[in-house]
Amino acid sequence: MRIFFTLVRRDLLVAYRRRMDVLVSLIFFVIVVSLFPLGVGPERETLRLIAPGVVWVAALLSAMLALPRLFAADHQDGTLEQMLLAPFPLSAIVLAKVLAHWLVSGLPLAFMAPVLGLQFDLPTSALLVLLASLLLGTPALSLIGAIGAALTLGLRGGGVLLSLLVLPLYIPVLIFGAGAVETTMMGMTPEGHLSLLGAFLILAVLATPFVAAAALRIALE
Amino acid sequence: MNWGSWSAFWHMGGYGLYVWGSYGVTLLCLAGEIWLLGRRRRTLLARLNQMLRLSRQNGNETPT
Amino acid sequence: MKINWFKSASPATFYPLAGRMIPWFSTAAALLCAVGLYVSFFLAPTDATQGEAYRIIFIHVPAAWMSMFIYLVMAFWAGIGLAFNTRLSSMMAQALAPTGAMFTFVALWTGALWGKPTWGTWWVWDARLTSELILLFLYLGYLALTAAIDDTRRADKAGAILALVGAVNVPIIYFSVQWWNTLHQGASVSLTRAPSMARIMLIGMLLMGLAAWMYSIAAALSRVRLIILEREKNTAWVREVLEREA
Repeated sequence: MRIFFTLVRRDLLVAYRRRMDVLVSLIFFVIVVSLFPLGVGPERETLRLIAPGVVWVAALLSAMLALPRLFAADHQDGTLEQMLLAPFPLSAIVLAKVLAHWLVSGLPLAFMAPVLGLQFDLPTSALLVLLASLLLGTPALSLIGAIGAALTLGLRGGGVLLSLLVLPLYIPVLIFGAGAVETTMMGMTPEGHLSLLGAFLILAVLATPFVAAAALRIALE
Repeated sequence: MNWGSWSAFWHMGGYGLYVWGSYGVTLLCLAGEIWLLGRRRRTLLARLNQMLRLSRQNGNETPT
Repeated sequence: MKINWFKSASPATFYPLAGRMIPWFSTAAALLCAVGLYVSFFLAPTDATQGEAYRIIFIHVPAAWMSMFIYLVMAFWAGIGLAFNTRLSSMMAQALAPTGAMFTFVALWTGALWGKPTWGTWWVWDARLTSELILLFLYLGYLALTAAIDDTRRADKAGAILALVGAVNVPIIYFSVQWWNTLHQGASVSLTRAPSMARIMLIGMLLMGLAAWMYSIAAALSRVRLIILEREKNTAWVREVLEREA
């Protein structure tokens, strides 16, 4: 258990030393969300309608852009191969890395989102549900993304290939995440959607570390 | 028999574009896949035969 | 049992075997297709609501069936290759992918052409068609990943993981898309709400489905032979094959 948290702390430290990378994802998120009104027009009703989907898609894309960072640095300096040989289970190492990764990339996105939601004139209840849905959804995105990052480790065309692999798998999370906010805006309770997001998250936590670990072994052998 | 005449058949009750557009593109895809497989086979065999010839030449030139 | 057979079947023995099987499957495909087309165009009556446009289902539905079936078979063989380290299984998975992607594209194309006269738009965001689109993305992802990895063993294994993850996700994706569709549209526009099937229409679809199945097997066997040649090109038995066929 102590090793687990040491790993998380180590990755957080590495991320802190490369603060700019983390900030870049956040700035990307803000820019993408702002692009939509520019493309669609400033009409308030329209913006309110598309807001949940737009914010969620932008969060998805930002989360995805941050994924190569998960394993790339350790892969380049050989640390990753050492991790494979460590007596500590690889799936636990993956989980620790994903947790650290989510804390610096997913969590800020979730808290940034309600602020951006204000740009779209969303009611407060919707903003809260937006936050909740992203808090539940972004960890799942990081976990699923870890599989993609492991599969494409060191490949040419890496980032774009990673998106192609991972985006279809993101779709259920997107549907229920944005759906939760939309349901709130229609006056109904988002409990069902949020529960499903929670279920996805639990499934992801239980299953994806093992798959990502297997993918890492395949990439490194 | 459903059709009064061949022209009625091609006309498909006004939906000819859609029906034949579907069947036509499908036929194109199938033919395309078969042709691509054939081309892959031809180039592969040509390349392998060339490799074989080269290796035999090199084998003969090596003094024993 | 099939699995044991593949464990002991080497690419060298499978190559000629597949070669002998291809003509049988191709002929079966052609015959079934001919009968199927006859049923589709000359025996099945005109639909009351959709007119002649409905005849597109005789391609659309079999293509959709095959696209999903091939994905599962591909994931199966890829999984076998990953679990038992059998080379031929992984080659089979790679051989199936392009044909599966092709059928997915056909399903989408015919779906669009069916949607236009029936519902007025070229694209209908109903659950089935949207899921087909996502399936196409899954196929393309598999093809892209295996193409991007030069080392064949890594390509096979990475592709297997991706295919298996995709296969597990397909029901989740389908369920989510169904939910999304009913939430937004009230499901009034749906390609699944096909005309109440006269039995002859069902027979037509089944015949075309079987034809597509036979074709897929023939295509996959042809392709796997090419993959075998490419990968085994330095072995003696390939040299003999080349000399015989020259």
